Amino acid sequence: MADIRLASACVRTADVNPNRQELDNLVTPGDIITSDTGFMRGHGTYMEDDRLHASVAGVVDRVNKLICVRPLKTRYHGEVGDVVVGRIIEVGQRRWKVDTHSKLDSILMLSSVNLPGGELRRRSEEDEKMMRHYLKEGDLISAEVQSLFMDGSLSLHTRSLKYGKLGQGTLVTVSPSLVKRRKTHFHNLPCGATIILGNNGYIWIAPISGEENEDSAGGGYEQNLEPVSRIDREVICRMRNCVLALSQNKMMLFDTSILYTYENSLKFSVSFSFF
Amino acid sequence: MADVLLSDAEKTFILHGIQDNLREDGRGCDDYRHMEIETDVVSNTSGSARLRLANTDVLVGVKAELGVPEPIKPNQGRLEFFVDCSANATPEFEGRGGEVLATEISTILSRAYDNPNALDLKSLSVIPGSQCWILYVDILLLECGGNLFDAASIAVKAALFSTKIPNVSVLKGDEGQMELEISDDPYDVKQLDISSCPCLVTLSKIGYFHVVDASQKEEACCLARVIMGITQTGLVTALKKEGSGSLDPESVFDMMETGKKVGEILGKNLTAVLKEEAALGKKRKLVGFLR
Repeated sequence: MADIRLASACVRTADVNPNRQELDNLVTPGDIITSDTGFMRGHGTYMEDDRLHASVAGVVDRVNKLICVRPLKTRYHGEVGDVVVGRIIEVGQRRWKVDTHSKLDSILMLSSVNLPGGELRRRSEEDEKMMRHYLKEGDLISAEVQSLFMDGSLSLHTRSLKYGKLGQGTLVTVSPSLVKRRKTHFHNLPCGATIILGNNGYIWIAPISGEENEDSAGGGYEQNLEPVSRIDREVICRMRNCVLALSQNKMMLFDTSILYTYENSLKFSVSFSFF
Repeated sequence: MADVLLSDAEKTFILHGIQDNLREDGRGCDDYRHMEIETDVVSNTSGSARLRLANTDVLVGVKAELGVPEPIKPNQGRLEFFVDCSANATPEFEGRGGEVLATEISTILSRAYDNPNALDLKSLSVIPGSQCWILYVDILLLECGGNLFDAASIAVKAALFSTKIPNVSVLKGDEGQMELEISDDPYDVKQLDISSCPCLVTLSKIGYFHVVDASQKEEACCLARVIMGITQTGLVTALKKEGSGSLDPESVFDMMETGKKVGEILGKNLTAVLKEEAALGKKRKLVGFLR
């Protein structure tokens, strides 16, 4: 009921595997990457005394003569085509502002969403007035990165039936660098839950919905608020805890790793929490 | 408080989960999240403790200083609570942003401790009417992950447990005045009896049910909550209702029953853990902040 432990009694990641193999291209701030002056200085590096140092902790990336350090702990750095999960934080002029854990707020234009009713139609003033009816502050969406603006903020789109407003379920946030890039980021796992691994480190776990009647007038903006069955709920709880356990131990997240963790966790009770 | 945005569907999901007695992280309604505690983490205090309750991180330092007792309680020492909301916890605390929350926490803590059956304040008296120990309890919120009240009170109790007050001998001076001699031997100290210190238990009403130790998401779904100060013998030393929502008298009664039950267990478990840590003595490994 109330489990209190001593900080010294808790197992740390470092204790579990002390001689974990060190990556040779892993640097910490101040580390000398090279003393060779023939290289170009990229992001995450600085030059001092004719030597190239790392200014962030991360992995050294070398493209021809350019040396960059890709930080491990970072905000989300968007790329075109990434699947993201985001939360609407503002409704504005023909656009929504979306939090995607990147440095700047991302933007979802009214013209890049699917509206109920028609496939492709002009966005009228009526639509603009109905914006808050479709998506309001706090709503979660899944989307794809359409393009990057000059200042690095993202423009999103939901012009596919797989994207759109998310219903009941739970959101877990992990470091974006832990999400492995795969061909698909939407998974209906056999244990009975659907998971969206956003490239931005937002992970959405939800019950598998029945047959989707996508063509209905709702257009994906109507939510099912019926209670989720206890069995589904247990699966979601367990999955959430598995994802957190993996992220706590800095393991990459993708469908197989999550499924294996889930299967191995079955011998324990659901009730356990890292966070 | 640091509120999070939630969509209606997420709120519904949390609400139905509580009805099923299965919360988002697999807990039941009367369960606390796991806590990690460590005492004596700050060397220049009389006693200190750090508590991590999921994402909530609280550091408490206690400083004992000699001072003048309050005129209405001449033979008692006193506790002074001060809460600092670090802007590291959430940007909302920047500037004066955390002040309201800080006063709320310190007020409810002083109320919970302001009880003759809580901490024995008479033991802090040195010369009745003129000198006593004042314990300045400084609470620093380092990270917010929900349930700050309970976390702060647990850390305070742990810090008081680790507080070491130097022994004072009172000598009669030449002309009848008193002279104090404070021992500077670090082992010539006395410790407080914390067995009757209260812990705060917050019960949040979500839907038709109530939960203890609400996470940040659950706090966003909750309209009314009851904060109780409970000693490990089940004595209620403080009670406060918070939030914009209203509560049915019957549900207040239910919540108090749960609070008492949970508070007793919480207090007992905490004392057991603290004793275990004290028993380790010098073998104890200090974990500290970097890990």
